[in-house]
Amino acid sequence: MDHTKTFFLDGQEIPFKEGQTVFDAAMAAGVYIPHLCHNPDYEPHSSCRLCTVIVNGRPFAACTQPAVAGQMIQNDTPELREMRRTLTQMLFVEGNHYCPTCEKSGHCKLQATAYDLGLQDNHFPQFFPKREVDASHPDFVLDRDRCILCGHCVRVSRDVDRKCVFAMTHRGIKTEIVVDSPTGLLKDSRLTMEDEAANVCPVGALMPKRKGFQVPIGERPYDKAPIRVDSVKNFRIREERRHG
Amino acid sequence: MASKLKVATCSLAGCFGCHMSLLDIDERLLDLLEVVEFDRSPINDLKRIEGMVDLGLIEGGLCNAENVHVLRHFREHCRILVSVGECAVTGGVPSMRNHYTLRECLDEAYIRGVGVENAQIPSDPELPLLLDKLRPLHEVVRIDYYLPGCPPSAEAFWHFLTELIAGRDPSLPLQLLRYD
Repeated sequence: MDHTKTFFLDGQEIPFKEGQTVFDAAMAAGVYIPHLCHNPDYEPHSSCRLCTVIVNGRPFAACTQPAVAGQMIQNDTPELREMRRTLTQMLFVEGNHYCPTCEKSGHCKLQATAYDLGLQDNHFPQFFPKREVDASHPDFVLDRDRCILCGHCVRVSRDVDRKCVFAMTHRGIKTEIVVDSPTGLLKDSRLTMEDEAANVCPVGALMPKRKGFQVPIGERPYDKAPIRVDSVKNFRIREERRHG
Repeated sequence: MASKLKVATCSLAGCFGCHMSLLDIDERLLDLLEVVEFDRSPINDLKRIEGMVDLGLIEGGLCNAENVHVLRHFREHCRILVSVGECAVTGGVPSMRNHYTLRECLDEAYIRGVGVENAQIPSDPELPLLLDKLRPLHEVVRIDYYLPGCPPSAEAFWHFLTELIAGRDPSLPLQLLRYD
C-alpha cells in the first residue's frame, strides 16, 4: 500500500518525502514559491522571507519549513503577494539598483522577481546609500550598490570553496559584504574564476569582467521565460540529475 | 461624440527618450488623436496648462527647483498624474550623482572637466538652482500611476493609454514590464 505523504498548498495536494521542505516539495510538484536568498543547490538561509507561506495560520519561511502530512498551506494569496511586493520594494530602495545600466539585466533574480510580482514602483523613498565598488580584481567586480545581502557568496565560499573570501559586517541598514584579504580588496583575496562563489550571485553585485554583454539584452534567461517558469524548470532538471 | 481627453506631458531630469518612445507608437498616434488632444507638451511647445487636464505624463526625476515647480503645476492641473520612465519612478541614471556632493559634481563638470577653459561654475540668476540630491517624483507629490521602463516601450505606452482611456486598470502585463 502506498503511504505517500501529502500536504495542501493553496488547495492543491502536494506529495513529499520525509525530511523534505515545503519549498522543495512545492517546486518538485511544479508550484513556484518566490525566493531570493535561497538557491536549491545549497543549504537554505531563510533571511529574505520572500518565500513566506502561511502554514496552519502562521507565517513560515518555506525554504526551511519541513513538510508535515496534512498541513494546510497558503502560498499565492493577495496578502502574501502584497507582502512579497513590499519586501521587494524595500530591497530596491535600500540599494542602488540601476537596471538600465546593469549588465545583469534580464538575468537578475531581483529584477525578475519584481516583474513576477508586477512591481511598477518602489513606493518608499529611495535611500541612495553610498557604497563602495571594488573593481581591483582582474577578473571580477564587486559592486555593493547592487548587493541584496542574500549571503550566497558568503555561504558558498565558506561551505563549498572552503575559502571564506566573503563575510557580512555591521548590522541592520549598515550591513555590507566585506572581503577577506590583507587590504580588504578583492585583488588580494583568494577568489579565482574556478570558485563556485564567483558565479553564484543572483544579482549584479559580483560579476565577471569582460562578459557582461556576451549574451545580448533580449536573449537572456528571463527574457525567454519568466522566473516562475525558469525556476521550476531548473529545479526539476537539478532533481533529475541528483536522483537519476 | 464625447469631448476629447486633454493630455499634458513634460520632461524634467530626463533625456526625452520616453517622449521618443511615445512617438514610436507610429501611425497609432492618429488613432490616439481621435480620443485625446495635447495640452502643454514639448510636442506643441505650450509652457503652461490652462485650466484642468485629464492626464499628465511626466518623464524624468527632479534635479532642480524648476523641476519641482513644474511637477507641482502638473499635480495641481492634472486629474491623473503618471510617473513615466525609470528616472521619474526611481531617479534613474541621473540619480547616480547622489553618490557625490553637489560641489563635487559641479567641480567635475565645470572646473576640472576635460577641455574646460576659463573654468567657473555657472551662476546666472536665470539658472534654476540644483537640488542637493536628485529625487524621484513620488517623493514630492502624489502619483496616481507608474509606467516604468528605460524607456517604456511603445507597446507599453499604447497598452497603458488605451486601457486607461477605456476606464480599465492600466497595469502592465508581464511581457511589457521592463525596467531597462
